[in-house]
Amino acid sequence: MKAAIVVFPGSNRERDAVAALEAASGTKPHLVWHRDTELPKVDLIVVPGGFSYGDYLRSGAMAAHSPIMREVKARADQGVRVLGVCNGFQIITEAGLLPGALMRNGGLKFVCRVQHLRVENTDSPFTAKYAKGQIVRYPVAHGDGNYWADAETVRRLDGEGQVAFRYVADDSRADPRGNPNHSVSDIAGIFNAKRTVLGLMPHPEDAVEGLHGNTDGKPMFDGLVEALS
Amino acid sequence: MSAEATRAQERPVTLELAREFGLSEAEYNNALEILGRVPTFTEMGIISVMWSEHCSYKSSKLWLKTLPTTGPQVICGPGENAGVVDIGDGDTVIFKMESHNHPSYIEPYQGAATGVGGILRDVFTMGARPIANMNALRFGDPSHPKTRHLVAGVVSGIGGYGNCVGVPTVGGETNFHPAYNGNILVNAMTVGVAKADRIFYSAAAGIGNPVVYVGSKTGRDGIHGATMASAEFTEDSEEKRPTVQVGDPFTEKLLIEACLELMETDAIVAIQDMGAAGLTSSSVEMAGKGGLGIELALDSLPMREEAMTPYEIMLSESQERMLIILKPGREEVAKAIFDKWELDFAVIGHLTDTGNLVIKMYGETWCDMPIAPVSNAAPEYDRPWEPTPAAAEVPDSVFDGYDAPLGDTLAKLFACPDLASKRWIWEQYDSLVGGDTRFMSGQADAAVVRVPGQTKAVAITTDCTPRYCLADPVEGGKQAVAEAWRNLSAVGALPLAITDNMNFGNPEKPRIMGQFVGAVQGIGAACKALDFPVVSGNVSLYNETNGEAILPTPAIGGVGTLPDAMIAVGIAFQNEGDVILGVGAATNAQGGHIGQSLFLREILGREEGPPPPVDLAVERRNGDFVRGLIREGLVVSSHDVADGGLIVTIAEMALAGGIGAHLTGLDGAHPRALFGEDQGRYVLAVRPDVAAKVQEKAKAAGVPVAVLGETRGASLSDRNGDIVPLTRLKTVNESWLPDYMSAEL
Repeated sequence: MKAAIVVFPGSNRERDAVAALEAASGTKPHLVWHRDTELPKVDLIVVPGGFSYGDYLRSGAMAAHSPIMREVKARADQGVRVLGVCNGFQIITEAGLLPGALMRNGGLKFVCRVQHLRVENTDSPFTAKYAKGQIVRYPVAHGDGNYWADAETVRRLDGEGQVAFRYVADDSRADPRGNPNHSVSDIAGIFNAKRTVLGLMPHPEDAVEGLHGNTDGKPMFDGLVEALS
Repeated sequence: MSAEATRAQERPVTLELAREFGLSEAEYNNALEILGRVPTFTEMGIISVMWSEHCSYKSSKLWLKTLPTTGPQVICGPGENAGVVDIGDGDTVIFKMESHNHPSYIEPYQGAATGVGGILRDVFTMGARPIANMNALRFGDPSHPKTRHLVAGVVSGIGGYGNCVGVPTVGGETNFHPAYNGNILVNAMTVGVAKADRIFYSAAAGIGNPVVYVGSKTGRDGIHGATMASAEFTEDSEEKRPTVQVGDPFTEKLLIEACLELMETDAIVAIQDMGAAGLTSSSVEMAGKGGLGIELALDSLPMREEAMTPYEIMLSESQERMLIILKPGREEVAKAIFDKWELDFAVIGHLTDTGNLVIKMYGETWCDMPIAPVSNAAPEYDRPWEPTPAAAEVPDSVFDGYDAPLGDTLAKLFACPDLASKRWIWEQYDSLVGGDTRFMSGQADAAVVRVPGQTKAVAITTDCTPRYCLADPVEGGKQAVAEAWRNLSAVGALPLAITDNMNFGNPEKPRIMGQFVGAVQGIGAACKALDFPVVSGNVSLYNETNGEAILPTPAIGGVGTLPDAMIAVGIAFQNEGDVILGVGAATNAQGGHIGQSLFLREILGREEGPPPPVDLAVERRNGDFVRGLIREGLVVSSHDVADGGLIVTIAEMALAGGIGAHLTGLDGAHPRALFGEDQGRYVLAVRPDVAAKVQEKAKAAGVPVAVLGETRGASLSDRNGDIVPLTRLKTVNESWLPDYMSAEL
């Protein structure tokens, strides 16, 4: 599997993504600078976490209009898999690859903790290595992760199997205590209609080795390598 | 703007102006003598910040010189932007802790944020990629009307800056005490890593070499910030808000990446960040260290505001700026990198052989004075000091009438502000970015962060017990260093060196100066005995409001190393049936030192007695023993005995792991034994099949080890049954801070 990671001024989790992808695939991903207008031929594009453009204006809003994002959108239209994590989720949502919006956390504070999630759909290369309903733990670290979409969109996301992950409490139940940012319907991550694009707030790339305390994120990268190699 | 308009804004230079700028009459007269004339307005501003307490260390230098600063591991000690220590394989760790107390009280968000920004720059300016931030915070009484607002602002400022730059904030400490009501302490520490052959220093070299300005534009923020930080507060401190700088972590992130990219080339001769006293400090220090002159033409300097005067530019503390001396002809290489990162880049001058600082703007010269005489004449005082009188021992009668069930006492202690969980704080910090965080502090006695791309790790801790320092500055200073050393040993790390952040009141008062001197003596003794030298530091004096001083707070940032991050152990109990061992013994005949303990303050309502003494030889013996056991893989969980004593230590390990403890070795123990804060002690959990081996090793090493019980169940219990269920302790421990922060003002 060949992968590219798009780096914006203010990206800060690209090194975490490099490490996770390299460990899973044995190949170093390409780092693509935001001012570049061309992407190498790759099977996966990752838009990493961070504070692109300092979150000025609105998280992800400025990065979504950078030259490289036109190319990312074109590749996504051709079916190239796109993974947007945290700020990357905000950017690809702002760019129109996914529906809805990410707002300031309901608690109005940045939140960093290990979060329990339920895998809602396994029919994608991102989630194929998980079982439906499986509870996994990924860290979250964000201030603007409050996912919002109107009721009809949420119904459609559910109905079409586009909800990838939901926040759950430590005891695995849906519970407001488990939702770190007040996202609508406890949504932590969503697919596009073809399930070739995944955006999520939690960080699977920071749960891939013993040092991280758990390896629940590893199956995502292993699954991508298996599907795209 | 023109020369005439600038002159119209300047004021006549007189003794009165000098006083307003924070200089004494003697200092002003000294300036006249050195120059042989009356300084210009710009020169007066520059001299006043150079000679401020904040920049000149005039009250503290004499004593700081007595601290041990060398060792085979030390590559660069105090005097540079940060200390550099060898961690093997050609790698180094570069670190420093610095205060931003005065600005954080006036404007908590920006004050704390720019504190983080400043310390990050001190570290990456030496060529290091920052891998971890820590902080040591002291706030006033929770019931004081300002405390909640200050906690909220400081925490959100630290998070806002650190999270955005993408450096994990992996821990620290937070205390509350009424002595900080008018002067909070915000001490920020950054740790970075660099290759030993790629370290950058600040001494300028090469006559004619270009002086380059990079980063943010200069505005009028922070003018005379260093002077503000060198005086006491009064009721009108709010008026000093314009002296607080405003931070932009996004620019800082770009500046880190751009500087590290430039450092991969061979273009740099010297580099320094513009911190306190901005362009003045950086240009004077760089030229001064190189024994050269420097000429600046400020017209080309990137400015964010119109019509700035040379005085304002030289004294501005605008953030995210660096000064670089380039090799001749490398301007284009450097400019291309800063253009890529969309940062300002301007050649603003060159090095000269005159030894003078020359500042030109609007076609005129505003400053032309010799650097060395002015720097060398920075005052150095041997201020009068009084030793702190020894406190009387706490009599046994203090326990009269104390008969509360142990579970109730523990619940009360776990809910007290100093012991209560700080989750509300640390969840606002990104502790994981980079993917190298093994432990944040709280999970282990020290934070453990892997060196990027390697297996080895750096362990980091910040420590100080101000109530000990107030009661006995010498023992308190020793204890702060010993506890840092112990916390590093408790995770299995080899302690390497410290940074000291000395926070005290007004040094012109002999009682306060005595606290400072005592703390330095204690720190020096501990550093020497533990081979744990000081490699960087910062002094913050005048932490007083209306004559009320803070507790003496010499915060110690300790750094150690581990060959493999995965060797490190945390505090949490991991398995049922592990044997709980107490390492080290009570130090007095009564079976435990209760003076200045948390138990005495929180349960008996008394702040008295001497602090626990530190026996540095025992400290070293016990710590070496524990580290050895961890390195051999014999230890499952490890925690040093600190605030709250032995029983609190065990309860913290139980809470962290969600596994209780059945205690067989503490039956009928006196509160002195349960809650005494005797030093040099640890609690370990080991698998039952190695317990005997560990005890044999202890005997051979001459280390007292006692079996205290075993890990079991969901409560603390003894032969008589449950002492307290963990859920009760967890609830009170976790709820104090969020309840406090969400309560009505």
